[in-house]
Amino acid sequence: MDRPSATTADPSSLDQQGHLLPDVGNDAGGPAIEAVGLTKRYGDKVAVDGLDLTIGRGEVFGLLGPNGAGKTTTILMLLGLTEPTAGSARVTGLDPVRDPLLVKSRVGYLPDEVGFYEDMTARENLRYTAALNRLARREADARIAQALADVGLAADADRRVGGFSRGMRQRLGIADALVKQPSVLILDEPTVNIDPEGVRELLLLVERLRSEQGVTVLLSSHLLHQVQQVCDRIGIFVRGRLRACGTVDELATGIDDRWAFSVGVTGLDDADVVLRSLPGARSVDRAEGRWLVHADRDLRVEIHDAVVRAGGRLAHLSRTGADLDAIYHRYFGGETEQTTTAEDPA
Amino acid sequence: MNTTAATTTTTAPTFRGGWRIVARKEFTDHVRSVRFLLLVVLLALAGLASVHAAAGPIRDAAESASETPSIFLYLFTISPQRVPAFHEFLGILGPLLGIAFGFDAVNGERSQGTLPRLVSQPIHRDEIINGKFVAGLGTIALTLAVVMAIVGGYGALQLGVGPTGADLARVVAFFLVAVAYIGLWLALSIMFSVIARRAATAALAGIAIWLFFTLFGGLIAGVIADAVHPVDADSPAEVVLDNARLELDVRRFSPDQLYRDATGVLLNPDRQSTGIVLTSEPAALPSALPLTDSLLLAWWQLIAIVAGAVLLFAGAYLTFMRQEVRA
Repeated sequence: MDRPSATTADPSSLDQQGHLLPDVGNDAGGPAIEAVGLTKRYGDKVAVDGLDLTIGRGEVFGLLGPNGAGKTTTILMLLGLTEPTAGSARVTGLDPVRDPLLVKSRVGYLPDEVGFYEDMTARENLRYTAALNRLARREADARIAQALADVGLAADADRRVGGFSRGMRQRLGIADALVKQPSVLILDEPTVNIDPEGVRELLLLVERLRSEQGVTVLLSSHLLHQVQQVCDRIGIFVRGRLRACGTVDELATGIDDRWAFSVGVTGLDDADVVLRSLPGARSVDRAEGRWLVHADRDLRVEIHDAVVRAGGRLAHLSRTGADLDAIYHRYFGGETEQTTTAEDPA
Repeated sequence: MNTTAATTTTTAPTFRGGWRIVARKEFTDHVRSVRFLLLVVLLALAGLASVHAAAGPIRDAAESASETPSIFLYLFTISPQRVPAFHEFLGILGPLLGIAFGFDAVNGERSQGTLPRLVSQPIHRDEIINGKFVAGLGTIALTLAVVMAIVGGYGALQLGVGPTGADLARVVAFFLVAVAYIGLWLALSIMFSVIARRAATAALAGIAIWLFFTLFGGLIAGVIADAVHPVDADSPAEVVLDNARLELDVRRFSPDQLYRDATGVLLNPDRQSTGIVLTSEPAALPSALPLTDSLLLAWWQLIAIVAGAVLLFAGAYLTFMRQEVRA
């Protein structure tokens, strides 16, 4: 809000490409999640500011934003756990303000920093959830066994949660959300504080749930490279506003330095000079023993030719994930940082 | 669209009675806890000590006296040898029981991170705190029932006399008053568990208030009474009596005194009043009162205890409902 107007004006053009696109899979009974002008104020502070969002059934949607951007508040409003100041939401066609119990029976929720009753076993913890969802004992036990198997905790089912690692708790949290056989799964910062292998497993699990059970997944995170691995679309959330929304490619369109290459050169002392001389190359930096080239367009052929012509050998050439960083910078770094990176090359 | 509407109308489950599920879980937790075991043992030991001390004198008195109604009830009210009577013990230790089963009710869920998971299940939010209160009350009732069974049984063996039907009715009335009184402390403790972020803070706050009323309540009442009606060695009896009456009235702001008044009357069929009994005054009625009359005598005290518990629980309830999930 206190940003120059140029900041908000620029990405809004992307906005149209992104979130006004028709949604995937909404023929199966309307969108899974729909928010119209959803707003939450705490006193003077606006946590969520006029959020318009539609998430189709079976879609994996990533809500991306730095901490304190209003992601959790949005999720709480979708679950009917806090009332919006203005606007409205629909989750599986239901208004969370009017039908909170029904919504909560359909939505599995993994809270940020999920906790369990420490001196109860994993199975006992899930039994309580099942009971709160009014599942009969037999049905509950079958679902619990299935959910624990799905997240790879079958062997630890009868251990006390007190001895679980963070990664295990996170997976147990997902199992807990799965017990009610939700049609929508909301995961708040699911990858925080778990090791890379744990993250990988978790993302694979999300992928599988979507493909096997057709669950709609709303995933919040502040880590773009994790989100983009599993999400069909990403919404970029900054200071309570959805700044942009779409696939990674859509978000990257219009970003100048989305062409970035990692180049490994041997047998050439002045590789940076050679690379800088290429028409279209905007910056060349040393990064982890390789050269990072930012360019206006795809320069892979040119880079190869130039290195060979100069008498060097090309040991490595790949397009890097720098486009993700660029996206991140564009929306979270602010306009000033954006311009400096663009003008820096000299 | 159709499918959504269809599932909403045809299979719309009714999510009623969520508090019962919460209460069942909490009750099981309480009963399995070390806390429960410790408190039962503590109260049972205190009770056995007082009953053991009371049994001897009662036996002696019963032999000499021609007609003593309700010997059995004396077990709970007579306090020789500086051992407080059982009902007094309960007045002092009861609050501890209430505090023990409530001080981590809500902040425990918060610090474990289970609250967001709990509120995202299909139950109303108030059912969480209602269920916890009911579970606490149930645990308190169970504790008291166990302790009173042990103490009463031991006392009956010592005396060689069991309770009559009327005695039993009075014991049940005593039990109910004790549950309400401890329920008041439970409500207070749950309120602190809503307000204070840390369980230790809530426990300390509860204990502070308990100590204030049990230790200093009497002192403060005495100071106030002395200030209004100063008494010295040659004060007329009127003034001394006014002083004592005022002290008692001030003390009645304490739940402890209300409980003493009520249980004192309920356990002593001979007691004609909850006020100050002057030994010189001839008893208005020579014989023992029926239970209904005793209840009438203690009526205001009973109402005050229940009202206090309700108000404190309402405070806890409202605070909990207004809190943000993330707070």
